[in-house]
Amino acid sequence: MLSIKNLHANVDGKEILKGINLEIKTGEVHAIMGPNGSGKSTLANVLTGNKSYEVTNGTVLFEGKDLLDMDPETRAREGLFLAFQYPIEIPGISNATFLKTALNEIRKYNNLAELTPKEFLDRIKDKAKVLGLDDTLISRAVNVGFSGGEKKRNEIFQMLMLEPKFVLLDETDSGLDIDALRIVSNGVNIYRNPNNAFLVVTHYQRLLNYIQPDFVHVLSKGRIIKSGGKELALELEEKGYDWIKTKEFETEKV
Amino acid sequence: MSNIEHKSANEWYVSRFRTFEDKLNGQSKSFLHDIRKNALVNLAELSFPTNRNEEWKYTNVTPILKQNFIPAMISTFPKIKKEEIKQFLFKDFDYHLIVFVNGLFAEELSTIGNLPKGVIVGGLNRVTKNNPDSISKYINNLSKIDNAFNALNTAYSYDGLVVIVPEGMILEKPIQVLFLNTSKDDLVLSVPRNLIIAGKNSQVSVITNYRGYGNKTYFSNIITEVYVEENAIVDFYKIQNENDESFHIEKVQAIQKKNSVFNHYNINFGGAIVRNDINTLHDDQNIETHYYGLYLAHGKQHVDNHTFIDHAKPNCMSNELYKGILDDNSRGVFNGKIIVRKDAQKTNAYQQNKTILLSKTATIDTKPQLEIFADDVKCSHGATVGHLDDTSEFYIRSRGVPQELAKSMLIRAFANDVIDTIKIEPLKEQLNHMIFEHLHRVEIENKV
Ligand SMILES: Nc1ncnc2c1ncn2[C@@H]1O[C@H](COP(=O)(O)OP(=O)(O)OP(=O)(O)O)[C@@H](O)[C@H]1O
Ligand SMILES: [Mg+2]
Repeated sequence: MLSIKNLHANVDGKEILKGINLEIKTGEVHAIMGPNGSGKSTLANVLTGNKSYEVTNGTVLFEGKDLLDMDPETRAREGLFLAFQYPIEIPGISNATFLKTALNEIRKYNNLAELTPKEFLDRIKDKAKVLGLDDTLISRAVNVGFSGGEKKRNEIFQMLMLEPKFVLLDETDSGLDIDALRIVSNGVNIYRNPNNAFLVVTHYQRLLNYIQPDFVHVLSKGRIIKSGGKELALELEEKGYDWIKTKEFETEKV
Repeated sequence: MSNIEHKSANEWYVSRFRTFEDKLNGQSKSFLHDIRKNALVNLAELSFPTNRNEEWKYTNVTPILKQNFIPAMISTFPKIKKEEIKQFLFKDFDYHLIVFVNGLFAEELSTIGNLPKGVIVGGLNRVTKNNPDSISKYINNLSKIDNAFNALNTAYSYDGLVVIVPEGMILEKPIQVLFLNTSKDDLVLSVPRNLIIAGKNSQVSVITNYRGYGNKTYFSNIITEVYVEENAIVDFYKIQNENDESFHIEKVQAIQKKNSVFNHYNINFGGAIVRNDINTLHDDQNIETHYYGLYLAHGKQHVDNHTFIDHAKPNCMSNELYKGILDDNSRGVFNGKIIVRKDAQKTNAYQQNKTILLSKTATIDTKPQLEIFADDVKCSHGATVGHLDDTSEFYIRSRGVPQELAKSMLIRAFANDVIDTIKIEPLKEQLNHMIFEHLHRVEIENKV
């Protein structure tokens, strides 16, 4: 589904991603862990098409198409979704307007008819229930006055509404209390199926207890320095990142 | 050079007065006529403002003075039919409707409807004839003639909106006032002279709606006086959507008495050169004043808002929020003057001006002007100028929304602080619609 090869990217002229290689197949869940500032959000932003990040080298294919060549809205319409680490507030635009606009744009692109108002409202009710969200949320402005946890939950709500093929979760677990974490993870698990795929950025093993990854990667200083199965997350939780870094440092020296 | 032009503008308007006077018939003996004649003297003597005048530093009025406008009373313009005005009205709520065409009361287009006893809503000329005592002590008593524009309005003052709400009266429905400006051949000068008197414990909401019909150049030069008596609440909306070839100057002068509230909403869309002076004097204690402004401009439009709150008495508060969206080569000016006089202890005064520039060539000159002479006061002010936020735009686009629509959402989001303060719910959505129409951008409607 997603194939990243030798991806390099700069922010403000400084190289942050230094050659990422990653293959994600349909039905898989990959987790990315790594210290603060290692480039996890940068990778998410580059994949989503944020133009403050400059790709200097490499290729990304999404279902065989050149992802880097598309603007952010086209990527979304092709089925990419990023749950933001810091969701944005949009005063004066209701969640309903926002989602309806987005959904219809995506459907139009995929030659699907617009949802009728009833279909749209039914879908909202349905998905809101999964996440234990109040129906009234829909008439409130996007993320305005939402608590940190509510914003994260709203990202997952958007995901359920828009039904993307490939989902990037950027620290969706941060700021969630234990109950919310369970609810949000449940939302993700309900949505998870053999036809979609996930890339989950997190600092904590806790999330991965709920959303069980097929693969875990460690990102450090803009490179994936180790990959493994889900047991790698447990190992990281226990030992931190230093042991890998040291090892790699030694190999480089040799 | 410019001096000669300015002098000739004075001469031109003075020279039209005789013809105007001849049209007045019996009205040349009213108290209003003495006011006119005094103003005519001022009109001959006062110069029109130039950029050398600090108050007019950024607004060049030469294009207005270059044209010889003909006062509406002595000009010709097409008759308007009732069906034609519908398109200009704000709808989906109940209101008393009063219509002026080129500043002259158009009874046949108005639907004032039933008014509670003692309430007057009408044209100045009619009220001067029928109820002179109700206004003679008020009209021209608040607004001083500061410049030749004020003198021009006063010298030709004949009609305009009069609203009188007697003591204790709460007018349930707002008054919608359509000022329609139109012409076929003549360059028309429209000089509405508005007067609002809200008696003790009264409450009234007035929506003035300035519209251009057709694309002929005209000039609206308005003075509005507002009396907010003890305990009264006045919501005053101005929605200015003159045509893009027109000029629009309004001076609002309000006075507030004890415990009163004055909310002024100033929404500007149209006009080639627009200048608003919004002045309020606090004449007693425990007064509240709110100024909300939104100005949108594109093309070569020039919009200048000068606001002034005179905190003359203690224990009062004022709160001001002006926001602007400027596109193309348009230019905005904001000057927010607040004086806190020596007596005005315990004053709270807040002011904010925020402008978004949608193009590289749009400009804004913004200046707070706080003069504080009391020591126990809380005052704050801030001005920001920026662009639509890239990160927010990216967030919206990342959901599949195209860039143009994402920008529209952010424009709406930006205007929202001001639009949301409007108390008439259906007005909000209609103003949002006008925002997009005016900026020629894809519309975002909040609807499911
Ligand atoms: N927009 C930006 N402007 C300037 N520097 C940036 C920007 N975005 C990221 N960076 C820099 O790039 C580096 C990687 O940041 P990134 O946000 O990708 O890290 P991260 O792995 O997501 O960290 P965290 O775990 O703290 O979220 C950091 O040094 C950061 O300061
Ligand atoms: Mg991050």
